[in-house]
Amino acid sequence: MDGEQMTDATLPKLGALVDVPNEPGAKKPDPIVVGDDISRQFGGLRAVDVGHIEIQRGVITALIGPNGAGKTTLFNLLTGFDQPDSGSWTFNGQPIHKVPAFKVARRGMVRTFQLTKVLSKLSVMENMRLGATGQMGERWWMAPFRFLWEGQEREITERADELLVRFKLDAKKEDFAGSLSGGQRKLLEMARALMVDPELIMLDEPMAGVNPALKQSLLGHVKSLRDEGRTVLFVEHDMDMVRDISDWVIVMAQGRIVAEGTPAAVMADQRVIDAYLGAHHDTDLSDLDEAAIAEQVMTEIQEGE
Amino acid sequence: MGLRWLALLIAGFILAIPTAAFADDDPTPSESPSESSSATVDSTATPTDVTTEEPVKPSGPGIAVTLVNSSDKSKEFPKGRPLEGVTLTVIDSSGAEVGSAVTDATGLAFIPVEALDTYTVELDEDTLPDGINLNGSNQSDPVKMRLMAPTYVDFPIGATKGEKASFGDKLAQSLASGIKFGLIVALAALGLSLIFGTTGLTNFAHGELITLGGVLTYTFNRSVGLPVILAGLVAVLLSAGFGWAQDKGLWAPLRRRGTGLIAMMIVSIGFGLFLRSIFQYIYSSSTKTLSQYTTQGAHDFGIIKLADKEIAIILIATVAIAGVCVAMMKTRMGKAMRAVSDNPALAASSGMRVDSVISTAWVLGTAMSGLAGVLLAVNSQVNFLMGFKLLLLVFAAVTLGGLGTIWGALIGSMIIGIIVEVGPLFGVPSSIKEVGALVVLVLILLVRPQGILGRRERIG
Amino acid sequence: MDLMDVLRAALTQALGPNAIVFALAAIGLNIHFGYTGLLNFGQAGFMSVAAYGLAVTTVMADLPFWLGIVMSFLAPILLAIVLGVPTLRLRADYLAIVTIATAEILRLIFGSVEFKEQFGGSNGITGYAKTYKDMNPYSGELDLGILRFSKDDLWSVTVGWTLVALGCLLVWLLMRSPWGRVLRSIREDEDAVRSLGKNVFAYKMQALVLGGMFGGLAGLFLALKQASVVPSDYSTNITFFAYTALLIGGAARVLGPVVGSIIFWFLIAGLGSIFNQLTDGADPILPTWLMTDTQASLVRFIVTGLGLMLLMIYRPQGIFGDRREIAIDGR
Repeated sequence: MDGEQMTDATLPKLGALVDVPNEPGAKKPDPIVVGDDISRQFGGLRAVDVGHIEIQRGVITALIGPNGAGKTTLFNLLTGFDQPDSGSWTFNGQPIHKVPAFKVARRGMVRTFQLTKVLSKLSVMENMRLGATGQMGERWWMAPFRFLWEGQEREITERADELLVRFKLDAKKEDFAGSLSGGQRKLLEMARALMVDPELIMLDEPMAGVNPALKQSLLGHVKSLRDEGRTVLFVEHDMDMVRDISDWVIVMAQGRIVAEGTPAAVMADQRVIDAYLGAHHDTDLSDLDEAAIAEQVMTEIQEGE
Repeated sequence: MGLRWLALLIAGFILAIPTAAFADDDPTPSESPSESSSATVDSTATPTDVTTEEPVKPSGPGIAVTLVNSSDKSKEFPKGRPLEGVTLTVIDSSGAEVGSAVTDATGLAFIPVEALDTYTVELDEDTLPDGINLNGSNQSDPVKMRLMAPTYVDFPIGATKGEKASFGDKLAQSLASGIKFGLIVALAALGLSLIFGTTGLTNFAHGELITLGGVLTYTFNRSVGLPVILAGLVAVLLSAGFGWAQDKGLWAPLRRRGTGLIAMMIVSIGFGLFLRSIFQYIYSSSTKTLSQYTTQGAHDFGIIKLADKEIAIILIATVAIAGVCVAMMKTRMGKAMRAVSDNPALAASSGMRVDSVISTAWVLGTAMSGLAGVLLAVNSQVNFLMGFKLLLLVFAAVTLGGLGTIWGALIGSMIIGIIVEVGPLFGVPSSIKEVGALVVLVLILLVRPQGILGRRERIG
Repeated sequence: MDLMDVLRAALTQALGPNAIVFALAAIGLNIHFGYTGLLNFGQAGFMSVAAYGLAVTTVMADLPFWLGIVMSFLAPILLAIVLGVPTLRLRADYLAIVTIATAEILRLIFGSVEFKEQFGGSNGITGYAKTYKDMNPYSGELDLGILRFSKDDLWSVTVGWTLVALGCLLVWLLMRSPWGRVLRSIREDEDAVRSLGKNVFAYKMQALVLGGMFGGLAGLFLALKQASVVPSDYSTNITFFAYTALLIGGAARVLGPVVGSIIFWFLIAGLGSIFNQLTDGADPILPTWLMTDTQASLVRFIVTGLGLMLLMIYRPQGIFGDRREIAIDGR
């Protein structure tokens, strides 16, 4: 996987980012996602408060920041899995801030999850087949008649087979997905997302819980997504990965975008270093609200003693 | 493990108390007068799936009329004193007389008929005892017979239907009953919320915890002979004990096994069915009354009338609810409970003993539901289904207020209580006045799924 | 103690119309709970609207029998939509609460004096089943010694088991299809399904309607086989019994609900017969202070409740199921 080369087709796009200023909310030459004034509160806590954000088409953008910075919440908002208190955003020029999650996915904006959501009681192959869109057999009036969907199912299976070979999961295809290791689950989730054939693929911590042996191959897979013309947005803590594969980095802290730029520029930014050093807790709390309240009550109890 | 068996033993013991108490009694049913009294068949009573012993019934096709004087209720005749020797005549749809009969000592008269038809019953007012008058006409509304089986007809006598109260008076009176009923629902709803908050379990056996309070009061009052107040106190204490034992014997082991919440919900359904059938086994399906406070004259407070027991119920419920709310806000355990409901994982990691918090929630929650059962028993009667019937309203209340929030449960309960009692004034048929509450529940879910006070992010 | 009697009672019930009613209701619950993970605690409500759909149309409105049958198919569909719209976007317990409440409220309305003109009050409705009875091709009863069906029951058993077989076939066809795959995926993790572009709400609604229709079919069959619709037949306990039957046979298996209903009724009727004999007569085997004949009829409810708990705790995959394939687990 080390020998991956950028193809000529992708170079001009990366080149386009050269002129973009390294500042929060910077305008991009060819954005696929444009968002304005996105905010989301949990109780008294402002989890996301983004003034302006653009994601460049055809490149790999990393979203980094300390725990509780609002990265996953932003992911949830953009993909329709959570509703904002205010804000609007577009995908390919179409407003999608009021579109339900499944329609967002159908339009070509597909996400994975921080805690993998493979369907463990289904086989690896069934997981893959589920990803395909426009299946006739998924309509209830056609479902009982196998001859109506048999052909399409065969095509889907072929496509799934190819992807499974590419992601080195072909030997496991008849196993329950629940029997896969953490890294294999991440791979399966990525492969399954590709079955939807997305334009923009959003990966939430693709490296979390993956053993070092698999990391390199995962990196290669992410790069290959860009090379086949897809846009990638990912959340990550692994700075090596960010430096290795991303073309652009967006830094969030306390719900806001605090810095943006090329990997090299961002890594040298004092504010970014501060943001990371300033992060005082290590536990990963996806549900900020409940955590914050519980913590507050805990403190009260301790003070009361 | 030892604790678990001890807990199961205690739970079993609490359930067995009534049986033991009954075993000492003479097995003949003459003991409890309320069982064998009048044969009035209340057509609004909820039928159970087991058609168990009703008092001797007329059989075969015919018209049955039970005459009781509902202004003359007593311990012996909770529905009113039967009127004997009154002549009733049945007339068919063509106006022909089919037959007539005279009421017996239980107030019952049965006139056999031979065809499915629409009949009218006429009462001979001259045969009524002196001083007794009919409330309405001496002819019943036409009754359509659909089955070749006894059909029941009512004549209202002595009921206060006659006086016409103004709409405002009726509204005030309904509001008062609504608040009283809402407070009883709130006790049970708080109990449910406490348990839901700390364990995540939607407990479908919660209705039976209400019934437990009622039937234990009945046992200690009727079989042991304690005064109602003392019996109620014992019932609440035993309910609390049952809550503790239930958690230690059933739910704590399940939590340790890592049983899912949905699985636990189904376990609670089985448990509810089990308890309900045990209650029915011990107490039969008939409705019973306590020995005191069954009928009380109401004091007139201008626009509303309240009996002493109603005032007592309102006071006791208010004090209990306020006490629990203050405790949840001020005490260490209360704060811990709120913390556990908010985030069990974090609470555990910060060194709190989650298990003891959950155990306390069960004890408190079951005690409160037991108290709701006691108050319900004092307010009306005792029946093995009393809690199960209330459960749906309790669910409606907590869902309305927002699952798992204490204030939500309170507000939801008051709304439900008032809707149930005031609804009939606005056209909800009074025999099914709970319907209004359900409709409100569904409407609220449509507009505001998280409930009135629920937080949006809690919904998956 | 006559063991032959016990066996006859058990077998006749296990293969008789009651087991069919439960099998149909449990097939519906299997679609809801076993395959899709929807907690419908109001199957009794679906049964009652179908039964009353037939009876009210034919008797109260005096319309043709076949129109009544059509109504009894439409009513559960309508109920499913009314229940589903507010609750299917919410967490699982909301559906459970709303369905159980609705089923109970429906029963109260059907039995209320105020609606006696429309629904016949607590006595219910009769007089609609003639067309069904007239189609009976059998001329006599069936008596195999340990299995005994009257002429009417024999007809009902024929119709009923045919319906069950067709139902199982449909479920099998549907669940092996991509549609079934989506349902099973929703049961496991609906967010994953949503992220792949499937309209989870629509699938849940389809499952709710289909399972509700099987509930309706159970109610319709019950109404036909006993020729009367009485509100007390549709109490919430029926739903819980159907759940017990489903869990005995194993959820998310095509034949689970059928096998489960047969076993359930075998056990319940057997037990009923044993306790009936123990408490029967002037000098019963069990002393009356311990158990009267009325109490004997309650033993089966106690056992069912206990059985449901123990099944869910120790064998959630059913008696024959494989633990790894268990459909229900923690969230």
